[in-house]
Amino acid sequence: MNDNLQGILMDAVRAVAIFGGVMTLAPMLVMAERRICAAIQNRIGPNRVGPMGLLQPLADVIKLLFKEDLIPDRADRTLFSLAPLLAFAPAAIAFIAIPVGRDLQVADLNVGVLYVLAITSLGVYGISFGGWASNSKYSLLGGIRSSAQIISYEISMGLAIVSVLMIAGNVHLGSIVEWQAKNGWIIFYQPLAFIIFLVAAFAENNRLPFDMAECESELVGGFHTEYTGMKFGMFFLGEYIAMIVMSALLVTLFLGGWDPVFFELPEGAAGTAISVLCFTVKLLAVLFLYIWVRWTLPRFRYDQLMKLGWKTFVPLALLNIVLTGIVVSLLTKTG
Amino acid sequence: MKSEMTDENKNETEQPRRSWSFILYLPAVAKGLFNTLLHILKLKGHKTFTVQYPEKRPEVRPGFRGEHRLKVDELGREKCVACLMCQTVCPANCIDIVAEEAPWDDRDKRPRTFEIDMLRCIYCGMCEEACPCDAIELTEKLYTVSTSRAEMIYDKEKLLSN
Repeated sequence: MNDNLQGILMDAVRAVAIFGGVMTLAPMLVMAERRICAAIQNRIGPNRVGPMGLLQPLADVIKLLFKEDLIPDRADRTLFSLAPLLAFAPAAIAFIAIPVGRDLQVADLNVGVLYVLAITSLGVYGISFGGWASNSKYSLLGGIRSSAQIISYEISMGLAIVSVLMIAGNVHLGSIVEWQAKNGWIIFYQPLAFIIFLVAAFAENNRLPFDMAECESELVGGFHTEYTGMKFGMFFLGEYIAMIVMSALLVTLFLGGWDPVFFELPEGAAGTAISVLCFTVKLLAVLFLYIWVRWTLPRFRYDQLMKLGWKTFVPLALLNIVLTGIVVSLLTKTG
Repeated sequence: MKSEMTDENKNETEQPRRSWSFILYLPAVAKGLFNTLLHILKLKGHKTFTVQYPEKRPEVRPGFRGEHRLKVDELGREKCVACLMCQTVCPANCIDIVAEEAPWDDRDKRPRTFEIDMLRCIYCGMCEEACPCDAIELTEKLYTVSTSRAEMIYDKEKLLSN
């Protein structure tokens, strides 16, 4: 009984710590995005609020909280209010299966990959519902585009992950990382799958060059055209948390998760702390790539996006699976 | 000459032959990413044009058209003879002059009131061009600030001291 209680308490502490970490990272990411974008465009970026402008995200959130909450006339009020939550919550709960350190995750699921994939693909409901419930043409178009895009790219992303699973021989995220710690990062075994996964992750998060759902120049704001105040803020936050989850999955599957590469992890708490640090550094590097790509590449046209997804990535991912299967079966037969 | 022409036409009508690197798209992406990385690291085109506004003011170029000024002659009298040319030419109808008889011998009239509605003014500089006495000009003052509409109607004293 006492043991059980302690176990629950430990779980709660881990959940709060990891969730808190993600929630702190999201506003920092917004800040980093604005400063990096400014550097790329030869500007300075926000530098007034707090030291070096570091409190800008806080000011933004306070502003959003105090804004008037508008619901358009003849909008579907229930769905309209529900949509931001639907965009935000799946992104946040997908993170629980990801091992952020050695034996450190909120829930140790033995089908971790499937869980994360299933939950992250729920995020599209928030966007499509938001677009549909707004009773606006721009929003509806944004929502439709988003669902079409995510359906297309989910397939190539799933297929890219299949080839990873074939090598690691497990769907448990912790075991995949342990396999990588022993045999080297999977990106070196599966460079093609890595590229496909990376591009599909950009598309999945509606990030440039695939932000068809927002598409400022054509659709005003896409699915969130009609949203104001903290409801818009929830979409915004959800987008960044989804980015963090995708990057964490990328790090776990391809970049060795918490594996520090150059040395063996010591036993005990010190080893766990170092592993969390390694994971964070890799995560931040991938997030930087996200931001860097966003401010470099122009947006794809809708038909180009579909063509790239269905005519290039799906066949390539299938080919990759076949080749991986042949190589893996040959190696296991001989060895 | 003729063959060149046909070659040109051919190039226009035919689809450009696209190399594998173009179709793969990734080399171009890498090139673009490298370019933006140079900007992030301030290795290329690192001149930042942002002016940190309240502390630093933007440099005003010569010929800038800001607030108006009424000029005075060497005796300290306003040069304006209340001919109403500026009021007539003003496309925004922002100038309002009431004339009175001048106490001096060299002119018939002078303005009793000379008001410019700065909220209506479009700073086109037509008044300056129309003035036969070179009495009105646009200064380089660009911060036209007030807390009420009434303050934005500049009277003769304000314009003379501008």
